[in-house]
Amino acid sequence: MRLINRHPGRFSAILLGLLPFLLIMLIYSLASQQRLADNPNDKLLPGLEQMTAAVDRMAFQEDRRSGNYLMWEDTAASLKRLGMGVGIAASLALVVGLLNGILPLVRANFAPLVSALSMVPPLAILPILFIVFGLGELSKVMLIVIGTAPVMMRDVAQRVRELPGEQLIKIQTLGANSWQVITRMALPQTLPRLIDSVRLSLGPAWLFLIAAEAIASTEGLGYRIFLVRRYLAMDVILPYVIWITILAIVIDQLLRLANRKLFPWYNAGGH
Amino acid sequence: MSFITVNNLWKEYGDQVVLENLNLSVKQGEFCTLVGASGCGKSTFLKMLLGQETQTRGELLLDGAAFPAEPDRNRGIVFQRYSVFPHLTVRQNVLMGLELEQKPLLGRLFGSARKEALARVDAMLESVGLSPSANKWPHELSGGMQQRLAIAQSLIMRPRVLLLDEPFGALDPGIRSDMHNLLLKLWQETGTTIFMVTHDLKEGFYLGTRLLVFDKTRHDPHSPSAYGATITYDLPIGKTDRAVLEDIDHSVARTARYQAA
Repeated sequence: MRLINRHPGRFSAILLGLLPFLLIMLIYSLASQQRLADNPNDKLLPGLEQMTAAVDRMAFQEDRRSGNYLMWEDTAASLKRLGMGVGIAASLALVVGLLNGILPLVRANFAPLVSALSMVPPLAILPILFIVFGLGELSKVMLIVIGTAPVMMRDVAQRVRELPGEQLIKIQTLGANSWQVITRMALPQTLPRLIDSVRLSLGPAWLFLIAAEAIASTEGLGYRIFLVRRYLAMDVILPYVIWITILAIVIDQLLRLANRKLFPWYNAGGH
Repeated sequence: MSFITVNNLWKEYGDQVVLENLNLSVKQGEFCTLVGASGCGKSTFLKMLLGQETQTRGELLLDGAAFPAEPDRNRGIVFQRYSVFPHLTVRQNVLMGLELEQKPLLGRLFGSARKEALARVDAMLESVGLSPSANKWPHELSGGMQQRLAIAQSLIMRPRVLLLDEPFGALDPGIRSDMHNLLLKLWQETGTTIFMVTHDLKEGFYLGTRLLVFDKTRHDPHSPSAYGATITYDLPIGKTDRAVLEDIDHSVARTARYQAA
């Protein structure tokens, strides 16, 4: 049988999927044991014991200096910035994308600007943001907005333009004015597509968040990772990276579920 | 005075002539079927009636006045596909037009106005046989049911003209004849003027009151788009003998071969 026609069963599919994870863990623990055997104070490849101790220290014991639980404090600060940034970017993308997608006059006016903006490397203007908005929360949120909004705007506009032309004619023959075409045809069909777009933008959003936190911040997941780097504290960095990954997966899956629940017609192939 | 008048109508895209010298007069309540080979301007003519395209030369009049240049609520349309809104249930799809008309800003009806409108919607669904599916999503419907829905959605607006662009082209033959009966029934009930484009000559030969054949009378073998199509036969349906129909069949097939060559 050809390789392209060979499908794994349910059980073996799960097993095949888990295999790479197990393999990475195995290789890491072997290497870690090796280094720790040579030098019990090795910091580069901490074992499970050191990492558990670090998580316990960061998440479940008050910080001696500030009296806070640092890992939760960092998580709350980062999620707040991420939520605000992505939320603002998605709202902007919805408005600009809808208008660009449906009104030819607006599209002629704004689409070139949006395309140009989406080509600007956001990190290159980070210094400008720090200068203009200061080192506070605003500049970090703005970096996420500037980094993700233009791409989402283009994506939403494209999705709107992909709606069948027949629908656009049909709603006009039902007497709709331009406002009604937007609110009753384009907007409801764009919302689930916007959620898809947000899911794809979350990767870049995390990137910009951590970059901004690394440079100027006093708390946050990215700030902490870059802070403890000075002490080569891999026992803190690795759990933090795993924690960020888990957060990203959970947010992505929550959005996927929300899309399914809110727009049953969309996911059942009704588009 | 006739309801729809076409005088010396031409449609060109650059060098390409699609329709040439079209003349036609249609009374209110007629059911015209438009047949012809692909590329003979049937759909283009329908788009002009809809307001999606405008003529290059000539006159196209509705009750003596020029056709509005954009689609409006007086002219309903049913396409072969994608005529219904996937994000609305069957009932909401039919309700849409009534809501849009009565609420320019919100586009939604509430309370007793909504109840009244829904009563009309349910009566319309009943007459196209979609009552059992009223709360389904369009993707849960078969192709034939989706077309019924599209027709109901248009007819609830009581349009003066109903335009059908190969509405049954994607349906199974058995379903198609059911749809013919439904369409004839609705046409008799509403008395609306219907233009239907079809690929299927046999469909055109017996459905409706009037058969319009779009065909090319001149062919340039070196440049297929040099001459446009016009109406070559304009016949009352049901009173035409077999020989004429065979003639039409033959002529349309010849044009189709020229177009393809």
